[in-house]
Amino acid sequence: MEPKVITLTVNGRKHQVALPPNITLLRALREYLHYTDVKNGCEKGDCGACTVILNGKAVNSCLVLAWQADGGEILTVSGLGTTSTPHPIQEAFADTGAAQCGFCTPGMVMSAKALLDENPHPTEEEIREAISGNLCRCTGYGAIVEAIQIAAERLAEGGQK
Amino acid sequence: MRYKAKPLPPVNLPELRVVGKPLRRVDALGKSVGATVYADDFSLPGMLYAKVFRSTVPSARIKRLDVSKARALPGVACVITHAELPQAVLVTDIPGQTGQKRRAGSDAHVLAKDVVRFVGDPIALVAAETLEIAEKALKLIEVEYEPLPAVFDPLEAMKPGAPIVTPPDNIVSKYKVRRGNVQAGFEAADLIVENTFTVQFVDHAYLEPESGVAWVDDRGVVNIRVCTQVVEHFRSIALALGLPHNKVHIQGTMIGGGFGGKEDITVEIFIGLLALATRRPVKLTYTREESIMAHAKRHPYIITHRTGVTRDGRITAAEIKLVADSGAYVYLSPYVLLYSVGVATGPYRVDNLSVDAYAVATNQVFTSAFRGFGAPQAIFAAECQMDDIAQKLGMDPFEFRCRNYLKTGDWGVNQQIKTAAWLEETASRALEALGEKTPDHGHIKVGQGFASYMQSYGRMMYLHDTSQAWVGLELDGTVVIRSGIPDLGGGQVSAVCQIASELLGVPLDKVQIYHTDSALTPLAGTTTATRQLYMSGNAVYQAASNLRKVLLDRASKDLEEDPANLDMADSKVFVKNNPEHFIPLPELLAKCASEGIHLSNLAIFRAPFTSPIDPENVQGDIWPDFTFGAMAVEVAVDTETGEVTILKCVACHDVGRAVNPAAVKGQIEGGAAQGIGYALMEDCIVKEGRIQTPTLSEYLIPTAVDVPKMKVIILESGTGVGPFGAKGVGEPSLTPAAPAVANAVSNAIGVRMKSLPITPEKVLAALESLKQKEPMA
Repeated sequence: MEPKVITLTVNGRKHQVALPPNITLLRALREYLHYTDVKNGCEKGDCGACTVILNGKAVNSCLVLAWQADGGEILTVSGLGTTSTPHPIQEAFADTGAAQCGFCTPGMVMSAKALLDENPHPTEEEIREAISGNLCRCTGYGAIVEAIQIAAERLAEGGQK
Repeated sequence: MRYKAKPLPPVNLPELRVVGKPLRRVDALGKSVGATVYADDFSLPGMLYAKVFRSTVPSARIKRLDVSKARALPGVACVITHAELPQAVLVTDIPGQTGQKRRAGSDAHVLAKDVVRFVGDPIALVAAETLEIAEKALKLIEVEYEPLPAVFDPLEAMKPGAPIVTPPDNIVSKYKVRRGNVQAGFEAADLIVENTFTVQFVDHAYLEPESGVAWVDDRGVVNIRVCTQVVEHFRSIALALGLPHNKVHIQGTMIGGGFGGKEDITVEIFIGLLALATRRPVKLTYTREESIMAHAKRHPYIITHRTGVTRDGRITAAEIKLVADSGAYVYLSPYVLLYSVGVATGPYRVDNLSVDAYAVATNQVFTSAFRGFGAPQAIFAAECQMDDIAQKLGMDPFEFRCRNYLKTGDWGVNQQIKTAAWLEETASRALEALGEKTPDHGHIKVGQGFASYMQSYGRMMYLHDTSQAWVGLELDGTVVIRSGIPDLGGGQVSAVCQIASELLGVPLDKVQIYHTDSALTPLAGTTTATRQLYMSGNAVYQAASNLRKVLLDRASKDLEEDPANLDMADSKVFVKNNPEHFIPLPELLAKCASEGIHLSNLAIFRAPFTSPIDPENVQGDIWPDFTFGAMAVEVAVDTETGEVTILKCVACHDVGRAVNPAAVKGQIEGGAAQGIGYALMEDCIVKEGRIQTPTLSEYLIPTAVDVPKMKVIILESGTGVGPFGAKGVGEPSLTPAAPAVANAVSNAIGVRMKSLPITPEKVLAALESLKQKEPMA
């Protein structure tokens, strides 16, 4: 099949890009649009490093074809905040040591964002369940769970969302 | 309460301003917002994409290799086989060391010459305009194999007549320890306990697969931007590329996890060769499947303990035999084996001791460094053996251990313990915090277990390890550190920033580190062997202290005070007993600059240097020091399904001094989680040389629901040989987890678990064996 021009709105910016049908959203974001903050850990949906929020839902971008996301709104970790304007979840990740090697962090932060959007006051069990599709090899998850709890508190206190 | 924390000896740790504080790591925010540029995140214009053609058979002669169709494919820039290589040697010996002779017979071919020895042995390299074309080209490479005999079991490989993986024989390394009088020791025993323990292949499963980009620049320098634990590989990469050392430049990235798996060379030589051949930038990133196929695993071991004890619980003698599967190439097996030998007894005093250790080649994936480096296997066996002996003596396992723990001044397996050996202190705290056992309910049996350990930090001293660091001050009072440290995610660079911040009295956010560059930052040695805080922490400590002295000397003129009465904090030099009397740092620096005073310092830290040990009787100082600690866990075992759930988990380590307690806690929790994975689920299954678990849906590592909330108890004896009395905890944190879990499961079901991982199948088989032993009344 011939490439097709699709429209992806990433972190509020509209991109039009011609892609063949077999390109995943992950590869479209990383290789065609240069959103390298979205990580490739396995390309099989096993690790969650490529998690982005597509139309409000956290997805493994390696399991979505770019064509399927045509017209969609995508939020990646670099769209959530920057070093000068970090999101409260990102601040909390930095504060608790939730990012060690940091390679799972972009996906982990997006899973946390999707969770807190839906459930602003999750229990520890709900947090662990929500991030169980995101593998981390460094932290043992303790600091990540703590970061999400702290972020939930800070967001409830009126931090930016 | 069954266990009570043993009181700690008095410790005098001075309160510091920056060191000892749980500060936000310098790399934390960049990682949290996705700004950190990892190896695969980097691209260059005109870049080619590489793929590696690998063996699909475990042992064969290459009868025919035809790459002509791949070369002819439009879009293919280059195909390289052994025939095109300038120098065919891949050095697999201990990396990154200066001035050491390489061990003979340990080198491999960069690409298979005529024989392949494991499934995954690299045979050819392709570089193409796109990844798709490179993948297509791989399919056009034709190879015909003539099968050769293969061996997949190290015990088989040791037998006469076994197929030889690489001449001269399959024993790639062996060590012996002979201490005291073992025979007399066994004669003095009231009870002799013998057990054999086995552990499996496991994968590092770092989230970031191996990756790098190489390019040749206008000076003819081959630049390689790569995720590696060892920038000093530039020397052996240069050898393989046929270049002088100063024409290979490694630019190390922030690493998406290493755990030893990025200690050996991965993509560097492949992309270097392709970049030289094409004169274009080349990227190679492994898929997860290729990563699992192509990099080293943790060594499987078969370990037999025969221990003599008296009725009152004193060890009189031990005979220990260790056999490690080295896989198809030597890599770091001899050193891993030596680390196992060094802690073969566990942290116990055994005066009559015999150890025989072998690393044996097979046609399986090669094995090399993995967090713990031989200690987790040895400690697993030793600590399960201790529990088994205690049970057979009818003694409490903690009480039994207390009678045998090493103490400061005692001789371990090969050397004297010189710093605090807080074994009782750590174990008693872990057990106390674990608390009372949760009652069984129905078919759910609950058990508790613990394990103590000792583990070295710092490299083998006969390697004459060094680390260099450069620390300088800019005129605005900000600090620059230049250090070759690779950061695996453990906070290696942040820790040294905290040290410089402390000594120079400059806030942490005004310290900038430039790191991990083989040409532009002073070489700091490998991020392996839990050595960076010890080695580079001390190097930065020295450089910053030297600089501090220069500044205090100069400030003493203005402040009219002896330098000994001055201190530095908040970007000021001030009089200790009159802090209002101060000079702001930028003002002092301006004076220094105008007077030509050197505002930087390059320091080198040398670990103590020793001579190589005698493998026929491994005795004498090998390691600079040891870390001591314990883990205690409570498990629930479902006796119907065999499933094991960790209910509680406590880790207690004496870290000497926690430079950053939050980072230390993170290392301890992460190590414990990896150790729990090792205990319960991780299993890189290899059948007839083929890995059966090539993805992360088959090779399972713990998720957030597999590990419990952990309790971490950090003790600080202040006795370590690192900066401010720090010991190392990066690797040690993993080591006690698996035996603690195994002992807890054994405690729950009443059958000794001797083989990792403890899968539901093994639990059910153990319960079945119990039923057969005790027929229903």
